[in-house]
Amino acid sequence: MTRYRFALPILGIGAILALLIALVFGAVPLTPAAIVAALGDAASPHAAIIRDLRFPRVILAFLVGGSLAVAGAALQAMLRNPLAEPWLLGLSGGASLGAVIAVVAGFPAGWSVAACATIGALAAAVLVYRISVVAGRRLDPRILLLAGVVVGAFASAVTTALLAVSDPFTFYSATIWLFGGFGRASWSATWHFAAVAAVPLLLLWWLARALDLLALGETTAATLGIDVDRTRRLVVVAASVLTAATVAAAGVIGFVGLVVPHALRPIVGPLHRGLLPAVFLAGGAFTVLADMAARTIVRPAELPVGVITAIVGVPIFAVLLRRTAA
Amino acid sequence: MILQAAAVGVRYRGAERPALADVSLAVAPGEFVAVAGPNGSGKTTLLQVLLGLVHPDAGTVTLDGRAIGEWNRRALAEVIGALPQREEPAFPLTVREAVLMGRWARLGPIAPAGPADEAAVVEALARCDVAGFERRTLDTLSGGEWQRVRLARALVASPRLLLLDEPTAALDVGHEMELFELLAALVASGIGVLVITHQLHLVARYAHRVLLLDRGCAVSAGPPAAVFTAETVSRVFGWPVGVMRWTDGSPLIVPLRQGEVLPPGALSSTSSPQGSSS
Repeated sequence: MTRYRFALPILGIGAILALLIALVFGAVPLTPAAIVAALGDAASPHAAIIRDLRFPRVILAFLVGGSLAVAGAALQAMLRNPLAEPWLLGLSGGASLGAVIAVVAGFPAGWSVAACATIGALAAAVLVYRISVVAGRRLDPRILLLAGVVVGAFASAVTTALLAVSDPFTFYSATIWLFGGFGRASWSATWHFAAVAAVPLLLLWWLARALDLLALGETTAATLGIDVDRTRRLVVVAASVLTAATVAAAGVIGFVGLVVPHALRPIVGPLHRGLLPAVFLAGGAFTVLADMAARTIVRPAELPVGVITAIVGVPIFAVLLRRTAA
Repeated sequence: MILQAAAVGVRYRGAERPALADVSLAVAPGEFVAVAGPNGSGKTTLLQVLLGLVHPDAGTVTLDGRAIGEWNRRALAEVIGALPQREEPAFPLTVREAVLMGRWARLGPIAPAGPADEAAVVEALARCDVAGFERRTLDTLSGGEWQRVRLARALVASPRLLLLDEPTAALDVGHEMELFELLAALVASGIGVLVITHQLHLVARYAHRVLLLDRGCAVSAGPPAAVFTAETVSRVFGWPVGVMRWTDGSPLIVPLRQGEVLPPGALSSTSSPQGSSS
């Protein structure tokens, strides 16, 4: 009956495979046997690489990718637009600006940076919404995207200005971080991220049916029993917190929230009870593989993972844009 | 269970004149009520006020004696089924998924749909003459099928009142009649129906009462035979009409051609029901 009954276990198996593959490939290629040995025995030759570097890295990449995909799917339902995505809507830009302000102001790393990133993402969301509503009485999705790109560009300009006048060390470390990547992943960063992301992820799953109804339009949603304003506020806050957490953990990674829901809707259907868990698994797997590509293509150097997701995401965005305009 | 608007007034910010002024209306189960009027006369605003989606600046709207604003949306969705004017689904749902959404006010955020919900979907689809459509996706439906699927979604939660905004816009005469016959059957089964429509001839034949709006004000209210006089309809819609009587005595409104003069006795231009006496 439900379309996602078979899709979820398959996606789960796929996600585990992606995690295993990503553990095997890296600057130092390892055999699966070596990985199993390392996981089982702390004294094995590659235990340090696997246990302290690669394992937390793939887990963090998985959680971050899954969160971005869930945020994207929720925003798309709320705005009734398959083009909505945290990066395109300016949320990532706002979060980076907030985080960079925290870094430049000399706040201690960790929670305070994540908090400032959240404030930045929320501010960007409110600004984008205000601009779009003023420009046209009804919320035109195209105006909303334009507003998102404009707010994102503005945030990026202010970020650049802040970094330009900061000391070289801050400039260098913040720039590397803004590129996006999981190079600094650790178990503590992974636990921090999981703790922050769990609440908005569960909230969005609890709102799954409300999202289905919001995708029908606000009047229909209201007549079918949804408090539209309250639901929208919750979705924006949840998506902003998720985006901010990903930016704080791994910098700006675009297009995951666009590509993954687009690919999965035809398979699991558009109902969010199934779609949200599915995009979490697939978004996680996609990002883990993108990160693997980022650290192996130009080995031993690394590409920012956002480069890989953009290479995949931009063509899909172009196709979606043409279809939406038609 | 009665939905009642009393002396409702609405003025949108920056608008020159109020969208609604001093409008009163009531719908009870088993009643077929219509709202008619020219474009921009405030019909849709009235519907949104009745649904609690627009808060009136003046007057009150109550459901069962309780202010509509005090109802939470889930409780309201179980009592009132609605068909808003425009709706374009953003993603390709199946008919079953779309109609099941009508049960979510009842199910809440977590509870899975059970056999009772599935049975209600099948029954609502059958009632709206789209039985067996469960697995089709919405983008494959014709305009008439889509309207009937939406009606099934509004009925699947067994509401006691049904509010529809121009449900037959863009439907041909066959589909239009099917829909109004369905509404009449629902009214006969005890559901209260309020329909906004431009189809005066259908209002005249189906509605128990009609409210005629013009520029936000109630021009006339009552049984169609009393409201639809040639004088009133001509004035409100800004075009001369003649009013005949159908065999059952219901008014039959005929717009006149430019320069057309009524031959004496050919058409009644008064409100006295002549058709029933002949």
